[in-house]
Amino acid sequence: MKRKNKRLSFVFLTLLALAAAAGLILAAFEDNIVFFHSPTEIVKKNIRPEQRLRVGGLVEEGTVKQSGQNAITSFRVTDLTTSLTVNFKGILPDLFREGQGVVAEGHYRNGVFEAKEVLAKHDETYMPKEVADALKKSGKWKVEASTKPSD
Amino acid sequence: MLSQAIKPHAMQVKGSAKMHRFANPTRFLRLVSAIKPWATGVCLLTFAAGLYFALFASPPDYQQRETVRIMYVHVPAAWMAMFCYAALAAASASALIWRHLVADMVARATAPIGAAFTLLALATGSLWGKPMWGTWWVWDARLTSVLILFFLYLGYIVLNGAFDDASRGARAASILAVVGAINIPIIKFSVDWWNTLHQPASVVKLDGPAIHMSMLTPLLLMAIAYTSFYIWILAIRVRAEINTSKIRALQIRRVTASDVPWNDS
Repeated sequence: MKRKNKRLSFVFLTLLALAAAAGLILAAFEDNIVFFHSPTEIVKKNIRPEQRLRVGGLVEEGTVKQSGQNAITSFRVTDLTTSLTVNFKGILPDLFREGQGVVAEGHYRNGVFEAKEVLAKHDETYMPKEVADALKKSGKWKVEASTKPSD
Repeated sequence: MLSQAIKPHAMQVKGSAKMHRFANPTRFLRLVSAIKPWATGVCLLTFAAGLYFALFASPPDYQQRETVRIMYVHVPAAWMAMFCYAALAAASASALIWRHLVADMVARATAPIGAAFTLLALATGSLWGKPMWGTWWVWDARLTSVLILFFLYLGYIVLNGAFDDASRGARAASILAVVGAINIPIIKFSVDWWNTLHQPASVVKLDGPAIHMSMLTPLLLMAIAYTSFYIWILAIRVRAEINTSKIRALQIRRVTASDVPWNDS
């Protein structure tokens, strides 16, 4: 075998081994790499009240309530299987609205998620307003219909 | 190393495949000179057209409104950040395997351009994130892996100049560049493998782009502009690298000829 062919196979095999190692490490740390958990995961898992974590999902239609005296916003976050009540005191991002994807960070205590921070999650769809309106009119809009409470 | 620098033709691999033809710096310089004016022209034209469409002649988004225009600067920068790294890793690998002098020069010339694209993607992404997400930065898988990409570029540049013996620095940096290539698929698929705050891909996905034609056009124009910009700057930097090595070789020849008085006999 020529020396450069030997080097070629050495580089190739090293990369293969590194890719395998990286894959195993990333798989092992999956719980730490994910940015948020779904409401289903949070309800199922036994979460300690002092543990700080993030919940992500869509804001359920018709669940956003503002309480006047202490400026607490309350809404339900759903993954279309389970939904979870989130309480938040503070300023919501511009994109926050019903049917919108959100990520809330805080503590899960007694079945309620007390958020310290709420971020809006933007999806991968980009279109002009006129196109969005036309889609809504023709009934081909996907987001809104799906987040209404099923019961 | 010294004899190679003085006689570039010694680098030529006899009877090898076509790609090895350009391992010869003189021949590569001819190729670079032929491509450069085209890259410059395409870059200037598509940048002008792309910016006009991106900033004036494209509609605001139904959700993001005018903020969507940051996307036309951000997304091509992020693509180029990954493309330049792929080029850096491929050039470094061929420098390690076939000991091509030109491959090393292409890698060295690419690194700062790629680092600049990465910084641009990080900065514009942060500017977009504040009004849209409500935060400048989060440690999700996509943002973190792109930050690591930026550090890989910096590491490559620093390692390259960290040794007194330039060829040892080039070797160490090449190894770093090849090992760091693992990060590229991680960046690309981070939004699919883990849940992230960053949205998944809009353009390069299986069921067609999730972006309206009126917004895809300026985005693709900007992508062509960024790519030709890379080729343009790369041409200038590679030529400078080749000329620098020629000058160094000439200086060494002069020093070795004049330092030894009995050399003439």
